[in-house]
Amino acid sequence: MITVLGAGVMGLSIASELHARGVPVRIAGRPAGPEACSWYAGGMLAPFCEGASAEEPVVRLGRLAAAWWAGRGVPVTHAGTLVISPARDRSELSRFARRTTDYETLDADGISALEPDLAGRFAQGLYFPTEAHLSPRTALARLTAGLSEVEFGAPATGRIIDARGLAARDRLTDLRGVRGEMLVLRCPDLNLTRPVRLLHSRIPLYIVPRGNGLYMLGATMIESDNRGPVTVRAMLEMLSAAYALHPALAEAEVIETGADARPAFADNLPRIRRHGDTLYANGLYRHGFLLAPAVAQMVADHITTGQRPEFMDEDHD
Amino acid sequence: MPRFYGTQVDSCLMLGTAGYPSPAILAEAFRTSGAGIATVSLRREGGGGQAFRELIQGLDVHLLPNTAGCHTAREAITTAQMARELFGTSWIKLEVIGHADTLQPDPFALVEAATALCRDGFQVFPYCTEDLILCERLLEAGCEVLMPWGAPIGSGRGLNNPYGLATLRAHLPDVPMVIDAGIGLPSHAAQAMEMGFDAILTNTAVAQAGDPAAMAHALSLAIEAGRLARAADPMGPRDMASPSTPLIGKAFL
Repeated sequence: MITVLGAGVMGLSIASELHARGVPVRIAGRPAGPEACSWYAGGMLAPFCEGASAEEPVVRLGRLAAAWWAGRGVPVTHAGTLVISPARDRSELSRFARRTTDYETLDADGISALEPDLAGRFAQGLYFPTEAHLSPRTALARLTAGLSEVEFGAPATGRIIDARGLAARDRLTDLRGVRGEMLVLRCPDLNLTRPVRLLHSRIPLYIVPRGNGLYMLGATMIESDNRGPVTVRAMLEMLSAAYALHPALAEAEVIETGADARPAFADNLPRIRRHGDTLYANGLYRHGFLLAPAVAQMVADHITTGQRPEFMDEDHD
Repeated sequence: MPRFYGTQVDSCLMLGTAGYPSPAILAEAFRTSGAGIATVSLRREGGGGQAFRELIQGLDVHLLPNTAGCHTAREAITTAQMARELFGTSWIKLEVIGHADTLQPDPFALVEAATALCRDGFQVFPYCTEDLILCERLLEAGCEVLMPWGAPIGSGRGLNNPYGLATLRAHLPDVPMVIDAGIGLPSHAAQAMEMGFDAILTNTAVAQAGDPAAMAHALSLAIEAGRLARAADPMGPRDMASPSTPLIGKAFL
């Protein structure tokens, strides 16, 4: 019997992968809720866009995510990603294009064909047609539902996989928190069908449609492990960027604000470590839903075959 | 090599620590460039930024905390006091932003904050414009280093007013001066060093490059080239062509 500590996106994905392979597993933790940083994620499965600043494994392994989530019964929307910039930040768009692949270049007509509500607002854009998105809270709930035969709230004993995120800093001392802040808006007047990234020299923003006129706006990246409420500055900046995206958002209702700290290592890539009977899987950074499938598979491969995973940097008793 | 408040620094390059793809890449940029000073902000990160600050402290370079993000003298003074406690240094890079869009310094609040901080024992590195009168006021306030901008923060436009900067350098030949903000390319940095500035501080040019470590290395080479050129006493431009081999005796028509 393997006990998974933590029931955020990492813990649930590992439990789900092990369970699917017939490995007896239980979870020490309650199904993820507002205390898990996965709760506040964007849910963009956008490996190519992330490649603008992330290391190569994020792009390569992130491509596996959409199929894995769909295979777990999670609704995945395959509508691609639209990337645009205000006219005065045109150089941000060309820089983003230089550092990414698998996109098409759009003019104003191309943008309005994809997202009619943005017609006439932006002259140039990039479209990443193979990217996808999901609703993180739905995904967590589906994983939990798929684990109905698995015990939750188990004692943390025996052979352990520690997937507690930032809480595992008591054992993983090189783990740090990177604060992120998000908002959920209701704006029935606006119809966007895919994640839109607004490149801006100071306030990069993404907006992810959640359906029924709901939009998730994110996310700040601050070198801090403070998990306290969203700040006025973050809200001001995100909302003014959102207003630049579309003025209809000025009339939106603010449904929710959220903030938490993402677990990250120095290179912002995940790690798998074995210390005796405990296997640690952590450091998903801003790539929780994008990389959890690949890391969960590596952990399960390691458990079932003893294979040394790509992200393993420590293996000792 | 530059000397700030009695401390000799081994490099003319100072790097900011914000906006890198990861702390690992930030550390690599310091390694490849040999930068001698790291600036670090804490206004937004606050008490929760301890893990990141420890990573910066692990770079084994001089730390220069800044008051980035402060818009009033009061905020800047409070942030400086917090920085002194957190980092155990009396060095403070004083930024008081006067305009949210252009991020240009507020010269009046800057002098006010510099006066208070110098009186309180801080060693102040004020981020200022190239205005000579402002710089004189900052020196009167007790500053022994000046950090005039090249261009607005993050703009990467190089030296917007080379004439003004040259005038400032000529008027205050003995004050250590660092060009801060606006550097986008190694050539900008070389130009500033050729003009006789003592050091260059840049952040965005490195952090936002596709390969930050390579760009930091390029900047360090350009800065060294500019420093050597300055010491070699450049010839200066002439209005007329001047042949390097004599024409007399040649059969020119």
